[in-house]
Amino acid sequence: MAKIILKTNNLSYKIGKKYILKDVNLKVYNNEIHTLVGTNGTGKTTLAFIIMGLSGYQPSTGEIIFKGKNITNLSITERAKLGITLAWQNPALFEGITVRDYLNLNRGSIPPEKSIEMVGLNPHIYLSRVVDSSLSGGERKRIELASVISIHPRLAILDEPDSGIDMISIEDIKGIILGLKKLGSSVILITHREEIADIGDTASLICRGEILKVGKPEEVSAFFKKNCERCNHVGDYNEELLK
Amino acid sequence: MNIDYSKEFQAIVEAYEKAGGDSKGILDSHFGSLVISGDKVLAKNEITGLVIKTRKIKDGVAVKVYVEDGINLGFPVHLCFGMLPKEGRQVIRSEFFIGKNSKVNFISHCSFPNAKHIVHIMDSKAHISAGGEMKYTETHFHSMSGGVEVFPKLRGEIGNGGRLYEEFKLVIGRVGLLKIDYEVEQGKKSICELNTKIFGKKDDKIEVREAIHLNGDHANGMAKSRLVLKDKAYGYVLGEIEGNAPYSRGHTDCEEIIQGEGAVAESTPAISVRNHLAKVTHEASIGRIDKKELETLMARGLTEDEAVDVIVEGILK
Repeated sequence: MAKIILKTNNLSYKIGKKYILKDVNLKVYNNEIHTLVGTNGTGKTTLAFIIMGLSGYQPSTGEIIFKGKNITNLSITERAKLGITLAWQNPALFEGITVRDYLNLNRGSIPPEKSIEMVGLNPHIYLSRVVDSSLSGGERKRIELASVISIHPRLAILDEPDSGIDMISIEDIKGIILGLKKLGSSVILITHREEIADIGDTASLICRGEILKVGKPEEVSAFFKKNCERCNHVGDYNEELLK
Repeated sequence: MNIDYSKEFQAIVEAYEKAGGDSKGILDSHFGSLVISGDKVLAKNEITGLVIKTRKIKDGVAVKVYVEDGINLGFPVHLCFGMLPKEGRQVIRSEFFIGKNSKVNFISHCSFPNAKHIVHIMDSKAHISAGGEMKYTETHFHSMSGGVEVFPKLRGEIGNGGRLYEEFKLVIGRVGLLKIDYEVEQGKKSICELNTKIFGKKDDKIEVREAIHLNGDHANGMAKSRLVLKDKAYGYVLGEIEGNAPYSRGHTDCEEIIQGEGAVAESTPAISVRNHLAKVTHEASIGRIDKKELETLMARGLTEDEAVDVIVEGILK
């Protein structure tokens, strides 16, 4: 049986008195694609940020265990050095930094020429481009994935890599994520698209900051369609968030 | 009197290279070039279509550069100004005449590698005729003493369909005191881009004024400043753009990043429109480095300090 690479133990995150995440127990196995699904505002991105250790995202209670080590109080850099990385839904822009330099930040094990090719971009065209607003949203997303690939992570957290991507490119994105798995990485994949979620080995459905269902993607999808589509939690939750 | 300036020439060329210049540009006769140390012209090379006239003035040199009509100088013209002594004053009064439909690229380096107290006054005028194009990149290299006072001034006129790209860069060594004062008048369908990239440290003081007057219809102008301020450095950017003609478009874009406590950044966009078909916009961002940029690089394994260096280097590149 595959080993657990990451687990969260009763992880909670509160803003004031309000729970954004409550008692989350997530288990991600070695070389597994684990999709996080759920409607907008249910806490998926918050969970990703907490695992990565971004500032302002320290859990209120609970702990994060990575490769058997408690990383709850480690910095972003320390977590990255252990092999965790994150691709943002809307990646940052970097004035004056070329794609080549961006993909070679810490001289990762995969050279820029290879990582850019793996995301379907021509190295001759793209490596000399600058990671700024001259790139389209889709190009920037692919470069972000190339950046993740370039460091050959043990665990890649991908926050909606498919958002803002046209239908034709969805197949490419699936291929890129499967490519990461082929490299030996585990992936936490946040998505709203069923066709993307389907490539997962396991899926977790998050609702109102809690994990509601864990299983095969098709089981979780069926559960969601049966129980969640008419559920009024979504509206309630978003309204509360807006307060 | 015949004075041997060869040692001074060699030293200024070395300083030029430290500033990022390629000495080939001032040693190879295929390139137009001018080398001035203090108030002395150490070398001058004219090429077909390029005329350089110099005259000694108090504490410096008056320079007139002519690019003839219809000439496209394929190679850049290298300008090397500087002073080797620790103290002194250098005045460069330059005037550029860019002919009709001609094209020239000036690469200028100003080096003050030993400065304890140097005043450098760069008083320039640029006349760009219709269809002419002038690119002027000025890179400074100062010592770490902070004893340099630099006053670059430019008054530019761009004829119809002409283009001016100007970049001022001071990222190596201490700035000291820097007061940039650029003002450009633009004709019909002309293009102007003013860029400044400066890294202020310790108690450096930086003031930048970039003014563009869009006087001809369809004129297009942009003033862009990037300042990074550390320690107790002070930076102020005034971006002035005036849209005076139909369909003229202007934009001022200022980004000032402060690192640590003590540095101060200020910016004032002063934009105005005097024609109902003109449009002028501005954007400014002042303060710390963007959190998402920083955390993205940290999530790739860089420390916070390394991430800051990468971002700053990119901004000032």
